[in-house]
Amino acid sequence: MKTLFEKIWDKHVVTTLNDGTTQLYIDRHYCHEVTSPQAFEGLRKRGLKVFRPQQTVLSPDHNIPTLNQDKTIEDPVSRNQVDTLKKNAADFGLTYYGMGDPRNGIIHVIGPETGLTLPGMTIVCGDSHTSTHGAMGSIAFGIGTSEVEMTLATQCIFQSKPKTMRITVNGRRKPGVTAKDIALYIISKMTTGGATGYFVEYAGEAIRNTTMEERLTICNLSIEMGARGGMIAPDEVTFEYVKGKENAPKGEHWDKALAYWKTLKSDNDAVFDKEVVFDAADIEPMVTYGTNPGMGMGVRDRIPTLDTIDEAGRISFKKALDYMGFEPGESLLGKKIDYVFLGSCTNGRIEDFRAFSNFVKGKKKADNVVVWLVPGSWRVEKQIKAEGLDKILNEAGFELRQPGCSACLAMNDDKVPAGKYAVSTSNRNFEGRQGPGARTILAGPLVAAAAAVTGKITDPRDFI
Amino acid sequence: MEKFKTLTSTIVPLPMENVDTDQIIPARFLKATTREGFGDNLFRDWRYDKENKPIASFVLNDPTYSGEILVAGKNFGSGSSREHAAWAVSGYGFKVVVSSFFADIFKNNSLNNGLLPVVVSPEFLAEIFEAVGKDTKMTLTVNLEAQTITNNTTGKSEHFDINPYKKSCLLEGLDDIDYLLKNRDKIEAYEATKNNY
Repeated sequence: MKTLFEKIWDKHVVTTLNDGTTQLYIDRHYCHEVTSPQAFEGLRKRGLKVFRPQQTVLSPDHNIPTLNQDKTIEDPVSRNQVDTLKKNAADFGLTYYGMGDPRNGIIHVIGPETGLTLPGMTIVCGDSHTSTHGAMGSIAFGIGTSEVEMTLATQCIFQSKPKTMRITVNGRRKPGVTAKDIALYIISKMTTGGATGYFVEYAGEAIRNTTMEERLTICNLSIEMGARGGMIAPDEVTFEYVKGKENAPKGEHWDKALAYWKTLKSDNDAVFDKEVVFDAADIEPMVTYGTNPGMGMGVRDRIPTLDTIDEAGRISFKKALDYMGFEPGESLLGKKIDYVFLGSCTNGRIEDFRAFSNFVKGKKKADNVVVWLVPGSWRVEKQIKAEGLDKILNEAGFELRQPGCSACLAMNDDKVPAGKYAVSTSNRNFEGRQGPGARTILAGPLVAAAAAVTGKITDPRDFI
Repeated sequence: MEKFKTLTSTIVPLPMENVDTDQIIPARFLKATTREGFGDNLFRDWRYDKENKPIASFVLNDPTYSGEILVAGKNFGSGSSREHAAWAVSGYGFKVVVSSFFADIFKNNSLNNGLLPVVVSPEFLAEIFEAVGKDTKMTLTVNLEAQTITNNTTGKSEHFDINPYKKSCLLEGLDDIDYLLKNRDKIEAYEATKNNY
């Protein structure tokens, strides 16, 4: 009578301290350039090597430009951070998918697509969106740089065991509702801190009926309600996705792994610390109106009025609406926007580009909008071209850029100017996230596509 | 890591809820490859305007408030895993952050850097904000050994929870790596039993 989480966690316990703190073994460790340099420096100071070099993979993604990647990075500080990652990979003998490598991309996109992420694993990265990998039936979560150093030095970290929560989404979703909308809906109900202290398992018919990539989107956003991570029990969808990937087990190893993976589900009598149930029929295409991902609503809804907000939260609520330039009670339909961003570890996969391309096919980009279409990896980019989606996009007036984290957090040149509105398929609408003063409206790829062709906040179902 | 035992200090109040890591330290300041200097950019976009002039109304620019204890609204540190957020808070000079709850990763990162996150009840938090509203020089006392926090204006104390292992690390100024490295034989023994597919 164990939950899926407990089954995997228990298998990775090296020791338990007297107070219950777990020394947890980590199967896979991903590093990017922003949160790892101080960890490698720490190893040097202590005179340590990487304990299990074959279990760590490095890829630069946050700083890299989305144009002219064949040239050097112009910003010297960004360039130094990327060069430092490359040097650390060489000095410590680690696998490195550098800029321009066909395997390069956002770390949370390339992990699953190369089969480095597998069911049953424990996975960490100095990045909160590591929760993405839980979609494949693994325990995956973000860590800080001190913990990156611990993982490099010992392949272990100390963790308190989180509580478990099951979020069940029953029924079938309506047409025009994407995986992103499911996630934004859940977060809007849970609030931005509502799952803090918990590890979430997503279940129910609406979750079961998703593709592998949709699951990656849902688990990616788990951290936006404060959850330590999110996971989905692996099934035929997962196994089909993993099979044949370059780093996936082969032959006899595959058979053994598969037999084990099939045991990875919560037992019928497993008890969760908390259960939350939603109905897929209640979910609409979503947009956010505030400055945290919990401030979301159906695209046709109105922003809450002040009297519905509890007193301690009013200062923050008012500050958020002031920042966004919105009024309580306002509808966002028809609101003019300036930028659209399709991409990130949330919505930068091939299915997102298919959805966007299918929507804009035969339509034209709105003149008043700047649109950044940024694939999550070079493989996604290659697939876009193989399917001819780039031609559809070009005919509609759009251009494809090169892979990276890009405007999700604007560490490269893709910054939304102060005061401008961006409909973004990324994961955070925090103040200044997409550039100082930038106003972010989070949405799924269909709402983004509708905004890109109308120049306004639009319900994509008006076109379907 | 520096040892932490007890601290009595005036406070810097930040009654905002859901203060996220991007406010604590915006992404454009994450490009350094060392741990130093992040305190200068703590709350950068609330603290300075576009011309890099201090915004007088922001609490860090208000000379009436100072101290080594930051007191914030609930869900402090939500968002990114960037340890730079903890480096910025501690680099600025804070030794304790008080809130009614913290985001998990921020809490871990703080503990790994000798910055003590103290979780208090919403009522206790509200009383701190009320007290500092009346007297900007009010003080709090945090005693890690006893796991108590005291509002020296009201005289009320509250017990706070902390993982006992982390508590001993802070009291002794040790970090996890020291402990983990001693444990390598256990790690190797674990690996030997593991099924590798």
